[in-house]
Amino acid sequence: MAEHATQMQISDEIAITISKMNKWYGTFHVLRDIDLTVNRGERIVICGPSGSGKSTLIRCINALEEHQQGSIEVDGTLLSSDLKNIDKIRSEVGMCFQHFNLFPHLTILENCTLAPIWVRKTPKKEAEETAMHFLEKVKIPDQALKYPGQLSGGQQQRVAIARSLCMRPRIMLFDEPTSALDPEMIKEVLDTMIELAEEGMTMLCVTHEMGFARQVANRVIFMDAGQIVEQNEPEAFFNNPQSPRTQLFLSQILGH
Amino acid sequence: MSDTHAQTVAFVRETEIPEAAPPYAATGPVKWMRENLFATPANALLTVVAAYAIYLILAPTLPWILNGVWTANSLAECREILQGATGACFAVLTERWPQLLFGFKYPSELYWRPSLAFVLLFVAVAPVLFFDLPRKLLIFTGLFPFIAYYLIWGGTIFVPILALVGCLGGYAVYQRFVTGSFAAGFFGGIAAALLIWYIGGLLIPDGASENAMLTPVPSRDLGGFMLNMMLGVTCVSLSIPIGIALALGRQSSMPLIKVVCVVFIEFIRGVPLITLLFVASVMLSYFFPPESTVDLFLRVVIMITMFSAAYIAEVIRGGLAALPKGQYEAADSLGLDYPQAMRLIILPQALKISIPGIVNVAVGLFKDTVLVSVISMFDLLGMIRGPILASTEWNGVYWELLGFASLLFFVVCYGISQYSQWLERRLATDHR
Repeated sequence: MAEHATQMQISDEIAITISKMNKWYGTFHVLRDIDLTVNRGERIVICGPSGSGKSTLIRCINALEEHQQGSIEVDGTLLSSDLKNIDKIRSEVGMCFQHFNLFPHLTILENCTLAPIWVRKTPKKEAEETAMHFLEKVKIPDQALKYPGQLSGGQQQRVAIARSLCMRPRIMLFDEPTSALDPEMIKEVLDTMIELAEEGMTMLCVTHEMGFARQVANRVIFMDAGQIVEQNEPEAFFNNPQSPRTQLFLSQILGH
Repeated sequence: MSDTHAQTVAFVRETEIPEAAPPYAATGPVKWMRENLFATPANALLTVVAAYAIYLILAPTLPWILNGVWTANSLAECREILQGATGACFAVLTERWPQLLFGFKYPSELYWRPSLAFVLLFVAVAPVLFFDLPRKLLIFTGLFPFIAYYLIWGGTIFVPILALVGCLGGYAVYQRFVTGSFAAGFFGGIAAALLIWYIGGLLIPDGASENAMLTPVPSRDLGGFMLNMMLGVTCVSLSIPIGIALALGRQSSMPLIKVVCVVFIEFIRGVPLITLLFVASVMLSYFFPPESTVDLFLRVVIMITMFSAAYIAEVIRGGLAALPKGQYEAADSLGLDYPQAMRLIILPQALKISIPGIVNVAVGLFKDTVLVSVISMFDLLGMIRGPILASTEWNGVYWELLGFASLLFFVVCYGISQYSQWLERRLATDHR
């Protein structure tokens, strides 16, 4: 499987460019001089201790958080305060949250068709077909008419992935997608994500699942105190970490 | 099989014991009473005391109600019929029935008009309350305000038609420009509606009302429970959308909108409704140009609507605050714009959480409509306190009249509350 992952295509085309990006919460400097270029087809895992700014970083990419300095360019669109650009980027970038954030008042199917119908103006029937296609892909088509509250956590997270995919995004962001799940449900979500990676989706994942990182990622980024401390291919990252902070972090999470 | 068994085992039952009836004390009313009324000595004592209290209440009231006189022309006549026996004088209700419902000035030959509007109200409200009904019925709901206005006030049909055309025109302009920006659509729509109304107002010939198909009835002739219903329905249905707008405005990131909403809500909430009504009846005319005659009914509607909208806004703000931030983020991350996110994701959930609070305000508002009797509008309470109790025939019939008023309001408010509980059950999809 690991060999398979390395065969996955990474093109020269650039998907995301972040340069000299800085962000503050009040006077607290959360992100410092972030420089990051993501090529199409790349699968990047971002890890680091809590409070290191990794979630904030990927939330800046679809403007859920505002950055104060530097620039972010997604698919050639510059992220600015212009709402049109923000909406354009958001409809190209899918996102999965730690707490799924499904819409509890809508059925699974409605959760999946809502954005295509209202944002993409897809006809309802077509949107439903697409939704069923992706629900089959995440292996829960039979739950389509239930409400999110009736599903297990793992199922909800897979619905959340399907909901994002229905917008046919070119980039997917995962913000600790398995952190709120029971251990036996983590696998089903990871399997879905692996499948997605194999199809060549550009992915940025904030996660502590190091097995996933080894298997799927082509690059692992370690962040601490708002900076990118180290980035490398997974083999080199895990076997031969350079910075002492990375070594400490890895010994802590891999040690137990 | 039991034969073989019987040889190896000391005892085997071969026949089933017939089913026996439970002991008398373990079933039926005796059991129920024992469990619920006489479970412990203290419980039994409470039961006896409660039964005695109920007896004390019913002993005088039941004969009073059952022995009531339903046909008489005055209190004196009632007393004559009763000849000293206990008994209510419900005759006041039958004799003054039309006055209690429609007020004392509404022409009696036109009672069918508000009655018809009342019946149509149910048709109009049904698709809003019960969303399983066909959505096409909402067209009638949209037309109902204009039909009801025409039926109740009468006069020239041009007025409601003009009002309708203004609304449609405003909506068309809104639709046309809202894709560009919401503000352009919103203010463009309002401007278009005002323009249509102004031009249309000039076109309606003077005296069109005099020889109209339906005899015009001025606002000051409205009264009775009809007035309470009209104020209640109008103000509740206007204040919910305004309340939503205020609640969203209060959360807005645009400082000007936020300040305007906060000041409005805090000011209105800090002022007693009676004060606002006095302002409506006396002061407001100072603010309008001298020759303009803004109807008293309209002025009262504006005041009550503002009052309840401020309260509803706060209730909805509570609902908005109760939603996890993740819902906003999920809506944003899917690329929904602000109006879409609000309409499709945030408000449906926030309003659902706010239902008990909104109903609370609506019920309170409906009951508060009797306050208009203070500014000499003859609503149900105004009719009772004024023309009926002050008349020589019925001076002193307090219990029957006020009891009737309470009953009417109770029936409506209890209905609203039952509906809201049904709605909450119906909308429960979170399966917590």
